[in-house]
Amino acid sequence: MSYLHSIFVAPFADMADAPDFFLQVVWEGLVSGVLYALIALGFVLIYKSSRIFNFAQGIMVVFAALTLVGLHENGVPALLAVPLTLLVMFVLAVGIERAVLRPLVNQPDIILFMATIGITLFLIGLGETIFGGANKVMITEQLGIPTGSWVVEPFGGFVSVEQKDVTAVVGAVLLVIALLVFLNKSKMGRAIRALGDDHQAALSVGISLSTIWVLVWFISGIIALATGIVWGARAGVSFALEVIALKALPVLMLGGLESVTGAIVGGLAIGILEKVFEIYWGQPLLGGNTEAWFAYMLALLVLLVRPQGLFGEKIIERV
Amino acid sequence: MIPNPAPATQTVEPILSVNNIEVIYDHVILVLKGVSLTVPRGGITAILGANGAGKTTTLKAISNLLHAERGEVTKGSIVFDGEEVQALSSNLLVRRGCIQVMEGRHCFGHLSVEDNLMTGAFTRKDGAAAIKADLDLVYDYFPRLKVRRTSQAGYTSGGEQQMTAIGRALMSRPKMILLDEPSMGLAPQLVEEIFEIVKKLNDEQGVSFLLAEQNTNVALRYAKYGYILESGRVVLDGEAAALRENDDVKEFYLGVGGEGRKSFRDVKHYKRRKRWLS
Repeated sequence: MSYLHSIFVAPFADMADAPDFFLQVVWEGLVSGVLYALIALGFVLIYKSSRIFNFAQGIMVVFAALTLVGLHENGVPALLAVPLTLLVMFVLAVGIERAVLRPLVNQPDIILFMATIGITLFLIGLGETIFGGANKVMITEQLGIPTGSWVVEPFGGFVSVEQKDVTAVVGAVLLVIALLVFLNKSKMGRAIRALGDDHQAALSVGISLSTIWVLVWFISGIIALATGIVWGARAGVSFALEVIALKALPVLMLGGLESVTGAIVGGLAIGILEKVFEIYWGQPLLGGNTEAWFAYMLALLVLLVRPQGLFGEKIIERV
Repeated sequence: MIPNPAPATQTVEPILSVNNIEVIYDHVILVLKGVSLTVPRGGITAILGANGAGKTTTLKAISNLLHAERGEVTKGSIVFDGEEVQALSSNLLVRRGCIQVMEGRHCFGHLSVEDNLMTGAFTRKDGAAAIKADLDLVYDYFPRLKVRRTSQAGYTSGGEQQMTAIGRALMSRPKMILLDEPSMGLAPQLVEEIFEIVKKLNDEQGVSFLLAEQNTNVALRYAKYGYILESGRVVLDGEAAALRENDDVKEFYLGVGGEGRKSFRDVKHYKRRKRWLS
């Protein structure tokens, strides 16, 4: 009885007792959720337009962040290093299209998936060769991101909000809005969506696969850089960052592989839920560290009920 | 091979000429065994034949979509508008004014009808105003699409999807449309409607058409010239009017027997091949 009480009653009582602390937990969760969502967004874009499950998205985040920091270490001013890094990501996109995607066109999905594992290994090697394997500190201040923190006092308690987290959330929201506008209103965005719907038909109306692929990988590169900056500001830049890309998998299962909305909602949901679960259930009942597996369990449950994910595209077919 | 005599009416250079092409899938499966055909500028030409005769493969060989199915043109040449095009990607070919409407419509199901149409303008460089003008033109030809322009294409009817697919091709300002099986899965009345529009586009916009059809009856009424394909070869070709009167065509494709109803037992199974080769 007391066990049931500690599962079903006590956590909620705790939340109600200290709403300021609860808000703090939700906020922390939200910030990591934004990061998961950004990574998942990179996956979704590439998956939508080429049906490639891009295992390399995580390492692209690391690589972009490393390039940015590395350039700055070598004397490039921070605000110049950002466009230069974007240029590097563009060259990378062109290189991947030429060297990997084009020769493998029409191969089974699994081969392309293996190829992205290859890209991952290549980027790890390249990154270590150029920038070394040591951890680096993200150049947060040099980029003009405020590092102080605000204290808000709801319900008579206090919640501390780091300014760089606020910047991250605002930045991510702007990025997502820009991306949605691009996808829905521009000619290239329309072509990306068309390619996701029907490859053959897209080819038949003259949509150029290589142009779109370069574009999509480049956009993923931009997203990777944004993710890298934000995550690097919280946890430093190291190859361990790559592991957070795995968190994008449950996000994708929850949200659906093809849905931009799904990636965002799934990312935020997993970020918040895993934090709340950890604090109110994990630590008191399960000895903590539930964040390592909670997202995967949640994804598994979702898969049992809705295999296409919460926002997966309905297959429209007419015979 | 029966040589294909050039149509008598043809005085100018044809917009498309396919010369003795051979297509192999997966390096082993020989599908087209030397197909030659021409489409005169401003003409409607039909490729007829049964399932698996090679109609779609011929069209895809021209529009260069075979690559995606591991097929390749191994012999012969394809000349569109005075230029050899077999090495061009479909993107470059669409820029030159030759676009395919694929069998089974292939609309972008999750895009709205209008977005579908706009994807057809992907290769155009002549500015938003010209594209908008053409969008209105497409809506003039297909008023029904204007009504449904915000619906997801996947939820529109088969006829509307076929219209969307043709309209989408029109948005690229083509000189020639390769139309694959426009009648597939449509009610007879709709088939007529689609073909009427094809004829109108041909008359008013000067678009040349090469259409592949199983519905021989309709195709021969709207086309000016026809080629009949069997097992990857052209077995007969001629003016549409002449083909309609041809006994073999009547018997094999139009379902009218020469000597009244026959029992299936009376038809020797080699007869078909023997007739074509004679």
